Amino acid sequence: MLNLRLYILQRITALLMAPLVLGHLAVMIYAIQGGLSAAEILGRTQGSAVWFLFYGTFVTAVAIHGAIGLRAIVHEWGGLKRPALDLFMWVVGLALLSLGARAVWAVTFA
Amino acid sequence: MTNDVLKVTIERSSDVQDVFEVPAFESQTVLDVVSWVQQNADPTLSYRFACRVGMCGSCAMMVNGVPRWTCRTHINKVLDGNEVTIGPLRNLPVIKDLAVDMDPFFDKWVSAEGVHHGALTRDDPIAPIDEDSAPRVGANAGIECINCSVCYAACDTVTGNPDFLGPAALQRAWTLLNDAKDEGRAAILDAVSDSGGCHNCHSMGSCTAYCPNDLDPMSAIAGLKRETAKSFFKGDR
Repeated sequence: MLNLRLYILQRITALLMAPLVLGHLAVMIYAIQGGLSAAEILGRTQGSAVWFLFYGTFVTAVAIHGAIGLRAIVHEWGGLKRPALDLFMWVVGLALLSLGARAVWAVTFA
Repeated sequence: MTNDVLKVTIERSSDVQDVFEVPAFESQTVLDVVSWVQQNADPTLSYRFACRVGMCGSCAMMVNGVPRWTCRTHINKVLDGNEVTIGPLRNLPVIKDLAVDMDPFFDKWVSAEGVHHGALTRDDPIAPIDEDSAPRVGANAGIECINCSVCYAACDTVTGNPDFLGPAALQRAWTLLNDAKDEGRAAILDAVSDSGGCHNCHSMGSCTAYCPNDLDPMSAIAGLKRETAKSFFKGDR
């Protein structure tokens, strides 16, 4: 159920996520030094184009990568077939994207 | 051998198992055991074999849950105590007893463009082949496939995704892609890029682990993934 285009999309998003995950982990370790507060996080992210791009790219890559991966799992383990399978992929992808994009927007430019 | 009698369980259908007592001999293959049952205990037992020397690919069965070429598998290698369970190949429809319908397996060879794509006629000179070239080495690696379907039965991806072309068909596609005498490159790459194609493989490696001829379909499929990805970035598909 995975054609070439979905395969390439999943690999490219994996390549994107590898450094972003490492960056995210590094920031988490750095950010919790001496306690953690909403004000401290927002002070770093609000109005920052860099953090908007960092987590905006991350969220987009996660939505694409996760939706394609879950598509394969529900097909092979759940027996879901097309066109319901395609619908499932789009719903999951758009849901992940909207949830993540909303959070990114909230901590940067909202 | 410590036991004179083997306890042989044969799966006749998903819910019927028959147990036979088969005399143990000094040198005996799994196929010999099945044949003894059919010739001496139950003539209604259906199974398939032809060459008995590991060339024809007819006699593959599940032996203790593992796909094997039964004519070249010594019973001593697979006995659990003095017991063995023999069933029809996995991932294929059962016709009767131990005989499965191989049609889906061979249909997928054709779907993967595992057919010769010739461009020359009988009037053209025979193309010279460099035996040491990398593509020829790649092609040679897969040409000893005997179409026994052991890899297909071993593949968990086929089990979960019945449209997946499977290891043997994709290895054949990879062989032809590397064959200087085959002109089907575009057709092959299109066929293996479709929804049942090579990109569904999770590289679990059962095909390579169980191939009785020690072939490596998993690496062949990895090769197809590389070539299709290259063609994607070149804008060809």
